[in-house]
Amino acid sequence: MKHGSARLRRLAWVFLAVLFVAALFADLIAGASYAHQFRDFPAARMSWRFPLGTDALGRDRLARLLTATRMSLLLAPAAAIFSTALAALIGGLAGYCGGWLDRIFARVIDLMLSLPWIFLLIAARALLPLNVSPSASVLITFALLAVLGWAAPARVIRAGVRDIRNSDFLLQARACGCRGVRLLWHQLAPNLKPVLLAQFWTSIPLFILSEANLGLLGLGVSDPLPSWGNLLRELETDLAFNPGVVACLALMLAVLGCFRLLLPAGDRFD
Amino acid sequence: MRLLRQFARLLFSAAITVAMAGVLTAALVRFSPGFGVNEHALDPARDAAALRAMEAARPEQGNFLGYAMRQTAAMFHGDLGLSRNWNRPVAALLRERWPITAQLMGVGIVGGWALAVAFALPAAIFRGRAWRVLAAGIGGLLLCVPSAALALLIFVYAGPVRAVMALAVFPRVYQYLQNVLSHAAAQPHVMAARARGLHPARILFWHILPVAAPQALALAGVSVSMAFGAAVVVEVICDFPGIGQLAWKAALARDLPLLIALTMLVALVTQLANAAADVLTSKRSEARA
Repeated sequence: MKHGSARLRRLAWVFLAVLFVAALFADLIAGASYAHQFRDFPAARMSWRFPLGTDALGRDRLARLLTATRMSLLLAPAAAIFSTALAALIGGLAGYCGGWLDRIFARVIDLMLSLPWIFLLIAARALLPLNVSPSASVLITFALLAVLGWAAPARVIRAGVRDIRNSDFLLQARACGCRGVRLLWHQLAPNLKPVLLAQFWTSIPLFILSEANLGLLGLGVSDPLPSWGNLLRELETDLAFNPGVVACLALMLAVLGCFRLLLPAGDRFD
Repeated sequence: MRLLRQFARLLFSAAITVAMAGVLTAALVRFSPGFGVNEHALDPARDAAALRAMEAARPEQGNFLGYAMRQTAAMFHGDLGLSRNWNRPVAALLRERWPITAQLMGVGIVGGWALAVAFALPAAIFRGRAWRVLAAGIGGLLLCVPSAALALLIFVYAGPVRAVMALAVFPRVYQYLQNVLSHAAAQPHVMAARARGLHPARILFWHILPVAAPQALALAGVSVSMAFGAAVVVEVICDFPGIGQLAWKAALARDLPLLIALTMLVALVTQLANAAADVLTSKRSEARA
């Protein structure tokens, strides 16, 4: 059972690594840029020349899918690092200091968590400029995810820090004269590392899904830059079953499935 | 008496969170780029008096904090203000639209829980690995599909779009419920009951469910928030004129009074759901003690 799980995790790593390399060389593999229009081949079906066909504007779907994958695989982990760091700062301060600071942060966390995630995202995204360049829209989307995604991890980190603060080994470290930064760096941080890692890995699929949802609602990355969200919008117009469009959904499922497999076992189904 | 005190404390806590939500949303809208730009003010035909009158008609342009506090206090007295985008009272808009959202959320919560219970209970009672793998596979698959894509697919292929609500709530509830039930089923007293050959139904109702109930009740509170999140997406994609769609339109139009009212309403509903779950859990614990 354990061997099977380890093998699956290895396979997930390999799949993600291969996909990441392919995404890095998207133009080379697809033979065209994501924005290049083959004006003679609009809405082409799958063929040797266009393995996933072309969209209504004649752009190669494979190039667009690989570019969207590159963006998600680069920016979702970056946003996850930022939000986990923010959560560590807020949750760590609240849990470690306790008292009124803890109560204030706990109230803010409650407030953030009382609003459904997608509602919060839509409201916050709409408050930022909508008519921006495609590259700015990518940055805004992922920055928003990074800035808003700290609340749930902060609650877990706060609980983790409180547990460690009240633990015997920390009491002993204090009794031995360990104080301040040394206490934080040598005692608290190493014991908090598994919690931080779990929160980081949990955030990545959440951010990828959120970007896709925002894109589908028209508030994500703007054209001509491709993202999984705006590629999935083709489902709306391509009424006939089109394997080229479905490939995007399938790849997204595979990537998110891999990320879920990489989660520590205890957090996979929490 | 203790229960009443706890309920009052929870209500107070919910009121503070709701008030904070109102002020925070107002601040976000007020300080967002481009806020306050009024194209009518650019009309050269308007004189200084007309411009002053237009400015006065938008009280949030002046002392913002005072405006936000007044607005929030008014909302606690039932005055939700006037939607600038729809030019109608916010309360009337909410009255018109809440039945649709409530119905969708009802389908989501009932359907999602029914599916989750149907998958989690057999796994907890019979502890079959194949069943658990199947349920985890379906749940995992649904968790990896964006709710908007699911809604779009079912909408485009003329399927039952309300089913999306249940499919969006189910995997989140299932995962937690399955963990809670498995944990309860692995308790020593349950093993002892199994060893004594008790009927599975008796084990479930007398030994597993009472242990799992507090956490399941807490999850029921949280599932209201999950259902509302799914309702926003389904209403926007499938063009249901509910509160979720209203929130989306308010956000796009930067309709400050409407956005504040909706944020406070959503925060209030989720806080009350959590408070109700907390009170039920305490009541249960008291009864058991």
